[in-house]
Amino acid sequence: MANNSINVLIPIAVCLGFAVIIYLVVMLASKILRPHEPNELKNSAYECGEQPIGTAWSMFNVRFYVVGLIFIIFDVESVLMFPVVSVFKKLNAMGMGGVVLIEILLFIGILVAGIAYCWSKGDLDWVKSYQPAKKK
Amino acid sequence: MNSTVANYFSEFESYQKMVDWLSGIAGFDTATLVMVVVISLMAFIVINAMMLVGGLGTYAERKISADLQARIGPNRVGPYGILQFLADGLKMTMKEDVTPAKADKVLFNLAPFLSLFGIFGTLAVLPISSGLALSHLNVGVFFLIAISSIVGIGIFLGGYASNSKWSMLGGMRGASQIVSYEIPVTLSVLSIVLLAGSLNFKVIVGGQTGMPTGWFIFHNPFSFMAFFVYSIAALAEANRAPFDLPEAESELVSGYHTEYTGMKFGIFALAEYIEVFVLASVAAAMFLGGYNVPFHLGGDGIIGQVLQLGAFVTKSLLIYYVVIWIRWTFPRLRADQLMVVCWKYLTPIAIFNLVGSAVWLYAFKGQSILQLVLHSGGSSAGGH
Repeated sequence: MANNSINVLIPIAVCLGFAVIIYLVVMLASKILRPHEPNELKNSAYECGEQPIGTAWSMFNVRFYVVGLIFIIFDVESVLMFPVVSVFKKLNAMGMGGVVLIEILLFIGILVAGIAYCWSKGDLDWVKSYQPAKKK
Repeated sequence: MNSTVANYFSEFESYQKMVDWLSGIAGFDTATLVMVVVISLMAFIVINAMMLVGGLGTYAERKISADLQARIGPNRVGPYGILQFLADGLKMTMKEDVTPAKADKVLFNLAPFLSLFGIFGTLAVLPISSGLALSHLNVGVFFLIAISSIVGIGIFLGGYASNSKWSMLGGMRGASQIVSYEIPVTLSVLSIVLLAGSLNFKVIVGGQTGMPTGWFIFHNPFSFMAFFVYSIAALAEANRAPFDLPEAESELVSGYHTEYTGMKFGIFALAEYIEVFVLASVAAAMFLGGYNVPFHLGGDGIIGQVLQLGAFVTKSLLIYYVVIWIRWTFPRLRADQLMVVCWKYLTPIAIFNLVGSAVWLYAFKGQSILQLVLHSGGSSAGGH
């Protein structure tokens, strides 16, 4: 078929459409069937029977802020690796494997240096304050 | 390279005749219309089958856990209690829907939907058989990894929007866990993409043979390790024990879905069980030969395709069983151990595997370890 590159996206659109339809149908069916008797106690946040104090949207230490940053770097890395990796076999068969391999190694090497730096700084530890003191 | 289920059916003569006949009746070219209808029907079948798998997953979970703990498990509804999931679904539909007064209403309703949305997106590229798969996208692996991240957004939003402290903690844990474990999953998948030389699931599965010796898991020592890295990280991606920290019921009540009642909770559970199946089937397709079996299944005919589908589902369900088995065997990790396992063990190993696979491919011209052993007469080139 001529416009195959567009056709191949139709199943994805259909599947995502089904997600919308199923969610709406289920919610509608349940809206018709279910009882609706809210009261103040029922609508308060569940804290094992205690009266909830304050809101959950308060400031607290999310712990993994630096890990989040490392994740973004690695995610971008894997996105950049996808094209290289998927043509590597072809290039290898053409006899250009060595050059590409060196480039892959260089690219990964820089990232490994980055993660090693984070590791030695202790950013990969969940609880930083309980780290054993380093010997000098 | 790109092909859909409609491409497969258009190979048949009767399909063309039907299109011509319909065009004659309607008075215009109905090829596109018929294609959309065929795809929609197939998608309808696949999605319903997957919802059945998700539903039966909850039953299997309870029955297998009962087996492992020397109990009987559900045995009242239907033969051997197999209709239990239908009864549960009906019950959840009829339960009152409680939205906490202080919650963010829009995000609260959006979160379960996003979980379902992300997981249904992955179903479009699952390589269930060489012809019947909904679509063989030539960036299939990339698409699958990308769209399954939406599930993580759903989990975090669910925790955030509830405005409950348990949910917030669960959502935060979920976000950090899913985000972190995506790296080992992606990197181990990349080392297989490297060996197959394509992002298309059809090419990846086609690069393997029916016999286990031709599977990518046994291609070289690095892909063998990649399989286990993938399995561990995929467990964490799907929030399965021993990595079920976002919903750790003994510490966080039930984590990110504490405030969810009725069918919204049901949708979360359904999405989770389908995700387990999707990740198991990706493992089957990438490492365990996908729909290939050691003997001839009848090729491109419709019966051969259905048999391929059966082979693929069987392999996936075997992995699914192991996933449930693991859940009822291992204790849960602590949150800090979880991050240590991901960043200090799995990620470096996955990077090592990727580099090792690339070097292997370059050094041995893409031959598997078995081919090398056979070529050298089993003398010294084997390695292990």
